[in-house]
Amino acid sequence: MCAMPVRKEATLPLARYDKETLKFFYETMVKIRNFELTVEKFFFDGEIPGFVHLYIGEEATATGVMANLRKTDYIQSTHRGHGHTIAKGADLKHMMAELFGKSTGSCKGKGGSMHIADFSVGMLGANGIVGGGFTMATGAALAQKMQKTDGVAVAFFGDGASNRGTFHEAANMAAAWKLPVIFLCENNQWASTTPYRTTTSVDDIADRAQGYGMPGVIVDGNDVFAVYEAAKELIERARRGEGPAILECKTYRIKGHFVGDPEMYRTKEEVQKVLEETDPIPRFEAKVLKAKAMTKKELETIRTRVEKELAEALEFARTSPEPEVSALYEGLYV
Amino acid sequence: MKTITFSQATLEAMQEEMARDERVFVMGEDIARQGGIFGQFKGLPAQFGTGRIMDTPISETAIVGACIGAALAGMRPVADMHFADFAGVCFDEIYNQMAKIYYMFGGQKPVSMVLRAPDGLVNQAAAQHSQSLEAFFCHIPGLKVVIPSNPADAKGLLKAAIRDDNPVIYFEHKALFSMKGEVPEEEYVTPIGKAKVVREGKDVTLVSYSMTMNLAVKAADMLEKEGISVELIDLRTISPIDKETILNSVAKTSRLAIAHEAVKQGGVGAEISAIVAEEAIDCLDAPIVRVGAPFTPVPFARPLEQAYRITPDKIAAAVRGMM
Ligand SMILES: Cc1ncc(C[n+]2csc(CCOP(=O)(O)OP(=O)(O)O)c2C)c(N)n1
Ligand SMILES: [Mg+2]
Repeated sequence: MCAMPVRKEATLPLARYDKETLKFFYETMVKIRNFELTVEKFFFDGEIPGFVHLYIGEEATATGVMANLRKTDYIQSTHRGHGHTIAKGADLKHMMAELFGKSTGSCKGKGGSMHIADFSVGMLGANGIVGGGFTMATGAALAQKMQKTDGVAVAFFGDGASNRGTFHEAANMAAAWKLPVIFLCENNQWASTTPYRTTTSVDDIADRAQGYGMPGVIVDGNDVFAVYEAAKELIERARRGEGPAILECKTYRIKGHFVGDPEMYRTKEEVQKVLEETDPIPRFEAKVLKAKAMTKKELETIRTRVEKELAEALEFARTSPEPEVSALYEGLYV
Repeated sequence: MKTITFSQATLEAMQEEMARDERVFVMGEDIARQGGIFGQFKGLPAQFGTGRIMDTPISETAIVGACIGAALAGMRPVADMHFADFAGVCFDEIYNQMAKIYYMFGGQKPVSMVLRAPDGLVNQAAAQHSQSLEAFFCHIPGLKVVIPSNPADAKGLLKAAIRDDNPVIYFEHKALFSMKGEVPEEEYVTPIGKAKVVREGKDVTLVSYSMTMNLAVKAADMLEKEGISVELIDLRTISPIDKETILNSVAKTSRLAIAHEAVKQGGVGAEISAIVAEEAIDCLDAPIVRVGAPFTPVPFARPLEQAYRITPDKIAAAVRGMM
């Protein structure tokens, strides 16, 4: 039970993946990437205000996990939450409008990037508080158990967040009560300007799983297949009532911590090298094309569709009205 | 009417609400096996099972966080803080998550939960187990804060808190748990947000709540004998505050005193004073008086605790000075 964490790779032959799953992988990753690039542009143009943290480079993680989730499963996201929100199935129009601070946004313009949520797809919220999601995901999983569903909850968290006390309390409670929650670490090597290893006691955050008597698994977070397969096993285990797990996805934050980060703490070469070697999207393309699991045409069709959806979302966001000032006083209490 | 203790009154509220709505459950430290430090959960596990009365790890942050998450996933949790003093451990969950989720996410889902917080002075428990921290919570938009002074309101307000779709902080003074009082036989809820004029009077309005309300009654009795007629208001809910009842009373009496066990500085009394100063200063015949604890931690030794404590004499003296 308290074994060291296992490192896993994708082992399922591509032929065993159905077309729908492959399409979901590609479409979701491309959607996240393009959404984020659009957001970056409109942030610099001054149309998107506030703090914005981009998920670029980490798309395979949210995508591989969410391919295993149902609409009725829950996720708790982080300050870097656009990717999770998109992969969970949120509507891009209302998401984009929220980032623009418009009344048509999913949170009526009261949340913004750092506090985006879409309960209609089980996305229980990004969080401006690092490590705020662990305990709430644990509670959502408790509810699933009490309601006798086989639903699960996934708590996304960063390498930096793994050092919050909330992690300990939630992991212990979830393990003690065998709750169907997956603690999903996105180890992107950085916590703001701090390389995680300088402030974190272990190389692998999944090491900590054994302290709670739960499985810990490590995968290449930029390989959507590896993430998918590892998450599948742990999520199915949780659905069977066998309790929580930690899945650590090793990835890399390609962009600055926030849009506008001067990035004085690392070199452009470091980032470029990672991008060239591990970018999850070209890796996916190369793999499916080589195996003839998808055609160039199919990939292109998907990209075109995403472009269109994104253009519509952008148009919707830009032309939507800002909230009336009277909305300030609305919706504080039920 | 029947006569039961404050503790039994809260227990009845839990029993009735848990029977009425199967989404209601409670988690906290030492509540299932022990029945709660004040016996306020005794018998619930036998009636509803340990699946709904849950002994938790000593993890206040996870208790409150998990209740928030469970509420978002359709349950109606009650979290027991054991001692209100421990709320500091999970303050982020209270003011950044619980209080904000409904507004910040544009009304997608309210956090329908109750946080029960036993507070106040009892048994010389000293600095970290005796505090009255309610003012903190009144400063946070999105929370409701209720604070009963007697068994009848304890029951009615707890039932109302559990039924309320918003997050409610329920302060229950530790010295009140053994207090006996009359409670209606029939089912009732006490509305949140409504103060109660406990006694009508014409010379001065005395506002209080929780344990101190009972001391204010004694002070009013003393003053009555001296010919000072006191109008007593039990706030019962301190956020949102029932301005109307206070302002109506002050319009009548032209004098306002507020008494609470919490430290005077930055207390609920300061807020009420400000409301009256802003909205009814013309009505006042005397400066507003606040009676609250000194600006120190709660001391341990008997004479120190005694000096710290609000008493009927202190309240009466303060009111006398206004006449
Ligand atoms: C409790 C808390 N502390 C600090 C911050 C400021 N902060 C925001 S993001 C961040 C770094 C988080 O790193 P990590 O968890 O690895 O997530 P990443 O940004 O890499 O996705 C910090 C320190 C915060 N928002 N909340
Ligand atoms: Mg990080």
